[in-house]
Amino acid sequence: MSGIEDTGPAFHTEGVTKVYGAGASRVDALRGVNVDIPCGEIIVLLGASGSGKSTLLNILGGLDRPSAGRVYFFGREITAMNDAELTRYRREHVGFVFQFYNLMPSLTALENVELVTEIADDPMAPREALALVGLDQRAHHFPAQLSGGEQQRVAIARAVAKRPTVLFCDEPTGALDSATGRAVLRVLQDVNEQLGTTVMIITHAAATADMADRVIYFADGDIRKVVRNDSPLSAEQIQW
Amino acid sequence: MISPLDRKLLRDLRRVRGQALAIAAVIAVGVLLLVMMDGLVNTLEETRRTYYERYRFADVFAPVKRAPRRLLDDIAALPGVLAVAGRVRGGALVDLPGVAVPVRAVAVSLPPFHRPRLNDIYLTEGRWVAAGHNDEIIVLQDFARSHGLTPGDSLAATLNGSRRVFTIVGLAQAPEFLYATPPGELVPDDSRFAAIWMAEEALEAAFDLDGAFNEALLAIADDAYLDAVLSRVDGILEAYGGTGAYGLVDHESNRFMVDEIKGLKASSRVVPPIFLGVAAFLLYIVITRMVQAEREQIGLLKSFGYTDWEVAAHYFRFILVIAVGGALLGCLLGVLAGQRMALVYIAYYKFPFMVFRVDPGSFLLAVLASVAAASAGGMLVLRRVFALTPAVAMSPPAPADYSRSLRLGGTLDRLLDQPTRMVVRDFLRRPGRVLLAVLGIASGMGLSVAMISVMGGFDEVVELNFSVIDRSDVTVSFTEPVSDKTVYELQRMPGVIAVEPFRMVPAVLRNGRYSYRGAVSGFVEQPRLNRALDAAQEDIAIRADGVVLSNALARILHVGPGMALTVEVREGRRPRLEIPVVGVAETLLGAPAYLELGALNRTLKEPGRVSGAFLRVDARLGDSIYRELKEMPVVAGVALREETRAAFQKMLDSGAGAVRFVMAAVAAVITFGIVYNSARIAFAERARDLASLRVMGLTRQEVAFVLLGDLGIVTLLALPVGAGLGYYLAQAISAGFSTDLYRVPATVVPESFGAAAIAVIASALVSGALVKRDADRLDLVAAIKTRE
Repeated sequence: MSGIEDTGPAFHTEGVTKVYGAGASRVDALRGVNVDIPCGEIIVLLGASGSGKSTLLNILGGLDRPSAGRVYFFGREITAMNDAELTRYRREHVGFVFQFYNLMPSLTALENVELVTEIADDPMAPREALALVGLDQRAHHFPAQLSGGEQQRVAIARAVAKRPTVLFCDEPTGALDSATGRAVLRVLQDVNEQLGTTVMIITHAAATADMADRVIYFADGDIRKVVRNDSPLSAEQIQW
Repeated sequence: MISPLDRKLLRDLRRVRGQALAIAAVIAVGVLLLVMMDGLVNTLEETRRTYYERYRFADVFAPVKRAPRRLLDDIAALPGVLAVAGRVRGGALVDLPGVAVPVRAVAVSLPPFHRPRLNDIYLTEGRWVAAGHNDEIIVLQDFARSHGLTPGDSLAATLNGSRRVFTIVGLAQAPEFLYATPPGELVPDDSRFAAIWMAEEALEAAFDLDGAFNEALLAIADDAYLDAVLSRVDGILEAYGGTGAYGLVDHESNRFMVDEIKGLKASSRVVPPIFLGVAAFLLYIVITRMVQAEREQIGLLKSFGYTDWEVAAHYFRFILVIAVGGALLGCLLGVLAGQRMALVYIAYYKFPFMVFRVDPGSFLLAVLASVAAASAGGMLVLRRVFALTPAVAMSPPAPADYSRSLRLGGTLDRLLDQPTRMVVRDFLRRPGRVLLAVLGIASGMGLSVAMISVMGGFDEVVELNFSVIDRSDVTVSFTEPVSDKTVYELQRMPGVIAVEPFRMVPAVLRNGRYSYRGAVSGFVEQPRLNRALDAAQEDIAIRADGVVLSNALARILHVGPGMALTVEVREGRRPRLEIPVVGVAETLLGAPAYLELGALNRTLKEPGRVSGAFLRVDARLGDSIYRELKEMPVVAGVALREETRAAFQKMLDSGAGAVRFVMAAVAAVITFGIVYNSARIAFAERARDLASLRVMGLTRQEVAFVLLGDLGIVTLLALPVGAGLGYYLAQAISAGFSTDLYRVPATVVPESFGAAAIAVIASALVSGALVKRDADRLDLVAAIKTRE
């Protein structure tokens, strides 16, 4: 996977569908999505519950496989990868941030970050990653000793410490109040600006779209429209 | 209309069916054992009782040298006596073509014209002896079968020195030969002991007992005082050579039977509760975890307005279904297994029929014990959950606090990578959970250690008796105590390498109100061919100044060294002796009392008498030696060690010891069940963490390490604990198996630990593989989204 040329889009999809169940209980989560995700942008995915945005994110992140269609990551077809290759793909190129943080409760903030830097090829120093999210002072705290916002920032530090090409964030602020949520978004923006990481954020808070370079609107398992935002706001300016 | 809660219950059960089945199975096998053992004991007791009753087995037996029949009227007139019968009973040697070794037999008279009033027989084949046909006999069925004899065949037997040929007209079973052992031997062997019934007239003639009897049988009233009846019967028969009346409890066949049932009963009291206890403990652990996982749903139900009690009732039903389901399955399987085992026993003990009976109490006990154990675990957790408000219960729980574990592992941390740290910290943070898991697996391993030891113990009994204690090839017993010149005669036979004489003196050993009908064994001072060994396999010093008792006998008689024992000799002049007890030895088989041969003879004032001898012979000349022995009129029986050994092994495998195989299987099921459940619980508790690790890009192997490292450490910790536990369980279980007749040594050899450890590790590997398969299939997306 090495030697990625920073040319075309980060992701290119061709007719991606995802079907759950069969017969009466059949659910079409994705109905043939064709999209290009450019490199180095902040992209916000908006849409009602069940519109397919999480499904697409999971497929792009290598957590799930489409029922049909192809997905290319810098020209490499990830839909053709076997499980071991997908694991390697996640390990080397992808960072995830979830609504419920998913930190290892038995590891400190620093150790949670180290969990990833240990297996990555060219990671940042774990301390540096924590400094990026403003938590270098709380490095030796366990998740139980951190607030929700702090936990989410540790999760982001953990996700970016391996210098991923893409950072996927599924409702990163869903469990946070507005001030904390804004701080978390600020961190994501910093990561994008300082590391050039492509950041894809799923959210219900439409205002988040104001900070995006590009907004993808989802409905009924497909993309309705993609809107370019030429003047994204900084996280602090977002009206929650 | 099923309520929505009940529908939820059914669906939840289906969701966790794998684990629910594993728990139910563990409960089921625990209950199975309880019900089966209880059913066996009840069945054997009930069958024995019915058999005795239906075939009018006597309550009192009074052997006598020769008593006129008119005395029977005197005995019948005694208070408490319901019925009396006099019969002739004598020793015989059966001569089978092609069988070199003579077979010992007992000949019993049948009254003319009617069935025996007492000690009736059950004719299984053929017909009764026809009046006036003195050459017709009925033969003990199992002896006949083991030699392929059927009605119509002829059989040669030597009665009182004269050889005659009889015609077999029927085969029979009888309560008095339930446990058919050659006189003086411990181990029953169908092929080496015969009972033959023939016309009274024929037997009277053979033993010169015309118009007389040599054994009186009595039935007495339930409320009759046995000792009083015995002493009055003795009074009547004394002048005619009565050798002492005895009750049913001292009847040899009955005593063995009672002893076996007692042994079975003892192990049924000890073993199933241990197994059930382990099952209950496991249930507690699993239920605890299951209810904990339902936290969110409990909050939801409460937010709808369900009361604590309604929620509790819902979860209690969940527990109940698993526990009762397992218990009922166990009851059903227990009855089936019990019936199966009972058939084995019935055949082994030669009952003509079976009265299968299970005490409903044992069902109730088994079900209650399972339910109590299950609900104890569940309720404890529910109480904690009740303390939560619905809102708190529904919001994700705060991450478990590991901050205190940091200090504990300061130095350790620098040496370990992150996944290892996770495993280690998990241990340090929740020592209680680890302790439970360790104890759970340890108790499974303990059961395995114990059962492997007990199995080994059974083998050791055989090995010890027939390789270490008895080093002779042949045991010869004489019809009566004979001069020790006979020993020289034996020594002179070609092929006889060594001879060691002994004397067995039938006697009632008494200490105050405790008594035992057995024998005093007169051995040479330093026996070599048949040694007297204690449990440590040291030679027991045979002494001339007093008897050395086996610990079984010392226990029965409540005596110890320094005390005196009353020995009422039951042969010859029938002296009553006072002999000091000089030692107690731990023996494994029988209840012997040893005295030096010369001293025994001096005490009896019968110098130079022997009642048998142990021989070592040249195997090549075996057959000619047996033939020669058969020709000697004083020889009452010849026992080959190898045959006795095979018979003993058979007794252990099909007698009370047979249940050990079922127990071992159950122990294996429980051990695997526990390990598998531990692995499942570990997986359930960490599914979300594991999914997160996979998302971060850890490989399956790396994730499996975090999951199975936990199981691995718990298993390793459980091994020494299980070994210790197994040591004590082995003591308890082998004590349960031991009877007065034989003691199963609780020797926990290193091999038991090794084998049990291998069993546990194998279970862990299989469980680990099963769980890893699930971990590999982990739905990353779903696991990440769940809150906990």
